[in-house]
Amino acid sequence: MLQFFVKYMWWIVPLVLLSACAGPQPVLRGTGDLGVVIERATGQMQVIETSGRKSLAQVSGLGDLSHASVVFSRDSRYAYVFGRDGGLTKVDLLTASIAGRVVQAGNAIGGAISQDGRLVVAQNYEPGGIKAFDADTLELVADVPADFGSEGKRSKVVGLADLPGNRFVYALFDANEIRVTDLSDPRHPKTERYPAGKQPYDALVTPDGRYYIAGLFGEDGLSLLDLWQPELGVRTILPGYGRGEQALPVYKMPHLRGWAVAGGRAYLPAIGRHEVLVVELGSWKEVTRIPVKSQPVFVMARPDGREVWVNFAFPDNGWMQVIDTFTNRTVNTFQPGRAILHLEFTPRGEAVWISARDDNKVAIYDTRSHQKLAELPAASPSGIFFTSRAFRTGF
Amino acid sequence: MSLVCAAMMAAQPAVAQPGAPGSERVRELVHLVRQDCGSCHGLTLQGGLGPALTAASLSGKPRDSLVATVLGGRPGTPMPPFRGIVADDEAEWIVERLLEGFPSDSGASR
Ligand code: HEC
Repeated sequence: MLQFFVKYMWWIVPLVLLSACAGPQPVLRGTGDLGVVIERATGQMQVIETSGRKSLAQVSGLGDLSHASVVFSRDSRYAYVFGRDGGLTKVDLLTASIAGRVVQAGNAIGGAISQDGRLVVAQNYEPGGIKAFDADTLELVADVPADFGSEGKRSKVVGLADLPGNRFVYALFDANEIRVTDLSDPRHPKTERYPAGKQPYDALVTPDGRYYIAGLFGEDGLSLLDLWQPELGVRTILPGYGRGEQALPVYKMPHLRGWAVAGGRAYLPAIGRHEVLVVELGSWKEVTRIPVKSQPVFVMARPDGREVWVNFAFPDNGWMQVIDTFTNRTVNTFQPGRAILHLEFTPRGEAVWISARDDNKVAIYDTRSHQKLAELPAASPSGIFFTSRAFRTGF
Repeated sequence: MSLVCAAMMAAQPAVAQPGAPGSERVRELVHLVRQDCGSCHGLTLQGGLGPALTAASLSGKPRDSLVATVLGGRPGTPMPPFRGIVADDEAEWIVERLLEGFPSDSGASR
């Protein structure tokens, strides 16, 4: 009976739920304009709709969501939520309910989904490594420890990204390495190791899946791996960008994921310097560096690439700046609220949603006029993730 | 510059009330530790990029060196110096609370 229900009648649930809100007429809907807002202090998240700029539902029971991140199933119906406590929760956006949950590690930092959508992969600090799960059932299918050295040590894993061919690339904070694990046959993972710079803390992959760039905490520069020619190994780009000057304190580590690649250039947060570094893809020459208000955290390109929006680390996290990528100048500096933790552009980029943790709100801005369009209440909001991520490599 | 401003603002209440921080400042400090130390040590302080700061994991560590870590950071690691953001006696207060199990957050100041 249950099987019959699950197989043929699953659509009853969304219909019943939706019709409860919309009156007698059942409502069918797509998911392309849906997303989630993490409410990190309460372990909940809101399901939101970008077209109506409204919250549709709240889902609780997601565990410790400090540093939560989300990827979406390829039909963009399900959100996979990775919590700090190692929880991996599959949430059905249509019914706003939990479709599966496992606690897969002691301390996790995020995840990714494979090109074919069949594997969800978590990156873990403790025990350090990556784990792959069946995207339907959340059954563990591969466990790849980030072991290094001869004493059985395991490294914290950072910067996990999906690559074409069900491969995954990531960096080892404690082992100064970049690794690529091929999960095309998940029961037999194959891992290649590439020595990299000191203390990689996060990384990005370019939209085509070709270049992997890891930010380094322990070294002035970034590590680059060309995934079309991995045999060439890792090279250092922007070496010595700190010019030997004393680094400023970093009160929050920048994020490289959610890359800003615009007009053939990558916009990268400097570390320990209040600058956004601009580098040309391919030649890896520094184009310029743009002075900004504080330590940048997220440096995100508007989907058309014309603007890059930047938020900052504590104690300047009430500020945001907008860079025009045509002139490489800052064109706007403003304060959308207290403790801006994240931002997410709508799929075509006409609006941006910004979370203001200490004001318990999400502010929605028009990206052309830079004027505020709306605000939504949210409890201590952090990450905002829209379903359009389902179709992008590296998200 | 903004750091200096923040430092001056942060230092003010401590100047007004030497010794234990006042109740509004306590609320701010708890929020700071849970949220902004939490970005590296976890909201629950169970650890992240930085180690766990729970009573159990800190027990037996000399308090002076913990206070020195909060104020001066640990060069060569991501642990940044908070001198200028928290006053010396506030750093001591934070370490005392960490050692006995840190209070829960009641939100940002209003
Ligand atoms: C940008 C990341 C980051 C932030 C923010 C941060 N820490 Fe740390 N902290 C670390 C790291 C990494 C270490 C480990 C350093 C090492 O390897 O010795 C550490 C170590 C410590 C230690 C020593 C723990 C031990 O077992 O010896 C204490 C105490 C501490 N931090 C307190 C704090 C407090 C209090 C705050 C906020 C006021 C804070 N930290 C903010 C990254 C951070």
